[in-house]
Amino acid sequence: MHDVIQAVILGVLIGGVYALMASGLTLVFGIMKVINVAQGALVILAAYLSYALFTHLHIDPFLSILVVTPAMFLLGVLVQVVFVRTLRGPDASELSLLVTWALALGIEGVLSVIFKTTFRATNPSYGDRSWDVLGYHVGEVRVFAFLASAVLLLLLSVLLTRTRFGRSVRATVQNPTAAALLGVDERRVSTIGFGIGVSMAAAAGAVYGVLYPFNPGSHYDLISRLLSIVVLGGLGSLGGAVVAALLMGVTEAVVAVEISPTWAAFSFFVVLLAVLLVRPQGIFGLRERIL
Amino acid sequence: MLLEVEKLAKRFGGVTAVDACSFGVPEGSMTALVGPNGSGKTTAFNLITGYARPDSGAIRFAGASVRRPDPVRLARRGLTRTFQQARVFAGLTLVQNLVAALQQPWWAAARHAVRPHEHARALELLDEFGLAGLAEERAGNLSYGQKKLLEFATVLMGEPRLVLLDEPTAGVNPILVEQIEERIRDLNSRGLTFLVVEHNMNLVMRLCDPVVVLDHGTKLAEGRPDDVRNDPRVLDAYLGG
Amino acid sequence: MSRASAAGLVRGGAFAAAGVAFPFVVHAAWIVNIGILTLMYAALATAWNLFSGYTGYISLGQIAFFGLGAYTLAVTFEHVGIGSGYNPLFALPLVGAGVGLASLPVAWIALRTRHMTFAIVTLTLLFVVQQLAFNLHSLTHGSSGMMLPTPTFGIANYDRPFYLAMLALLLLALGLCWIVLRSKLGLMLLAIREDEEKARGLGVRVTGAKLVAWWLSIAVTAMVGGVWAYYLTFIYPESAVDPLVMIGAVLMTFLGGRGTLWGPTIGALVLVPAQQYLLTRLGASELYLVGYSAVFMVVLLVLPRGILPSLRDAIERARERQRTRGKRISRSQAAA
Repeated sequence: MHDVIQAVILGVLIGGVYALMASGLTLVFGIMKVINVAQGALVILAAYLSYALFTHLHIDPFLSILVVTPAMFLLGVLVQVVFVRTLRGPDASELSLLVTWALALGIEGVLSVIFKTTFRATNPSYGDRSWDVLGYHVGEVRVFAFLASAVLLLLLSVLLTRTRFGRSVRATVQNPTAAALLGVDERRVSTIGFGIGVSMAAAAGAVYGVLYPFNPGSHYDLISRLLSIVVLGGLGSLGGAVVAALLMGVTEAVVAVEISPTWAAFSFFVVLLAVLLVRPQGIFGLRERIL
Repeated sequence: MLLEVEKLAKRFGGVTAVDACSFGVPEGSMTALVGPNGSGKTTAFNLITGYARPDSGAIRFAGASVRRPDPVRLARRGLTRTFQQARVFAGLTLVQNLVAALQQPWWAAARHAVRPHEHARALELLDEFGLAGLAEERAGNLSYGQKKLLEFATVLMGEPRLVLLDEPTAGVNPILVEQIEERIRDLNSRGLTFLVVEHNMNLVMRLCDPVVVLDHGTKLAEGRPDDVRNDPRVLDAYLGG
Repeated sequence: MSRASAAGLVRGGAFAAAGVAFPFVVHAAWIVNIGILTLMYAALATAWNLFSGYTGYISLGQIAFFGLGAYTLAVTFEHVGIGSGYNPLFALPLVGAGVGLASLPVAWIALRTRHMTFAIVTLTLLFVVQQLAFNLHSLTHGSSGMMLPTPTFGIANYDRPFYLAMLALLLLALGLCWIVLRSKLGLMLLAIREDEEKARGLGVRVTGAKLVAWWLSIAVTAMVGGVWAYYLTFIYPESAVDPLVMIGAVLMTFLGGRGTLWGPTIGALVLVPAQQYLLTRLGASELYLVGYSAVFMVVLLVLPRGILPSLRDAIERARERQRTRGKRISRSQAAA
């Protein structure tokens, strides 16, 4: 029992970080009906940036969030304008899947050239410290990572619910035509929205490097998880992404402890299929309006 | 009664679209389903045809109850529908559009796509609708009115018992309205039952009997056109504030 | 048979004849090797197109079944002797049919979702199968990979049987596409691609049609995987379920023209040699991925409809211009 609760704690902490990464992914889908398969690669890119800042300039990874996030926001805007915006027509969503996959490969390639394929990890001095809470082992960095993610997610939700821009975003998500008719600039919303989605990944990437060793190829593992999360939560639903991410974190941690680590990812896929069997639209997804 | 709907209910979030809605469609009739905007006719339509799942209520078609309305099963039982925005298979030819609607047993899937007698049957039907000259044209190239006609023709290929028409004359010029009305009458005289959702009250009053009026998701009146037209509750629903 | 169908058969026959003659005419082993790869990708892409091109549901997980086909053959070798030489190749249809059947439950669940979700679920499936290959140690030897017995084809023409096997699979895939397109199943699939909900409303058995197309596509894909495994005699999880191969096949289909018969093959004929060239120039360094990604982007952004449909449009426009020019000339002649 103790092991299970320990696993749950671990799962929640890592789930929070996944939630941050997934939030960007699902937000972009909600606005533009585009799936950014490069989200994983962008997380890894941010991890490398944060790693470089730490090894060369001794900037704490959590502080580097302040640098990496705005930088990658601009990168996100650039990507959207150059690659994504040009996609038109009925196939745009599916083409975006492939274009962003190509982008992910490109990022992987560039990172491989610069950093080679050796695994890296950002190791701040407090990296191995942990607290003992009621007999449970709680890693310090994991808690910081979770807190950082929670704060950013909160900021995101404030942005979406209390600002004019946020209202434009939600209007576009719910009914693009009506939003456009009401004067919402769809292009601006799309571009900025994409930038925000990428910056969420960037922030998560900065802390991801402290939690796990990574190399350019690590993005596959990440994107496969993130995709499962957003589908389980319901494409476009922020709340869904958070719930699904926590669910994934906990499921994988518990299965790793109770059964074996090698089955952790598979078990989540089974959960995904089981949910889709009953609710093809995901937990919080909307039934597609066909009429 | 070919179709019976009993106490259908459907909520979307906080909004009750349809509530305790009950009415029937007599066999061989041209029944109209009318009501002011927001009365729930579209939702009721979708519930009956399997495009939305009812929260509660019962549907009976041709004497058998329909437990979980599903478009495919309903169509194969003889209940089919058109859509408000005329939907056709744009990339296919008119003939292909029609032949695709023929209901076949599963082993027929290996047969040739459009067999000669099916082609002939499609041409016949197209001729009835005045579209025979466009038989090999891509359906996407048709005008809106022609698409409406094509869609109407398509649902007939499966030899249905009950056809639900979703605003058949919406967005259509008066000559075409006449043509559509003509088709409905002709098909009805040959034994086809219709349930029509319509806003064009003139058409409804001269064509349909009975007329079912919905308001706020529930049935307000049901009966012969003249009776319904003079019913004070109906007048109130349409004109009242 | 209509003129168009007869012409199609002639084209297919000519292609098959040229294909069969190729390894007997060309003797350089490396060229035949590229030929095998080209045929492999063409078969994969055509099989992919059979499902994704005709139904409109983009599946990004087909490669998982390529890997399953490869591993099924390898595992069968290990536990059940199926002989050597040509014999294993005859076991392929069973492998294909079996993997196809095994995939149906997952496909059925995935096909209940909308297109985007379906694409994502199939992509996830790719990673899950790769994971399974790693995890099921007792069966697959995990990351150490599996060996298959080397067939006893003479060294001089070692590649030929594999080349012919791949060619046979490509012809099978093309044949299936051709038959399906001309059949009622094909009409159903096209209707589904155009407007699935409307097709449902007309009583078209949508789920059944999609599953049949899926099964055919997967069966061929798995067989291709089997031949590939036998050719290489050594497989491991990353090579058997390789996202790059998946994306390559999809790219070739897009390049040649989705939903056309010959599109995927044309795409493969263009891209595989180019890919091999890139590999020899840049393969050692990690620039290969960047180059690959760049080619990918260019194809998707510049020619999203693909070669064949764009060609057809161009020909159609040229014909239109001829027609109107003809009319104008005759009118001016009449006026004169």
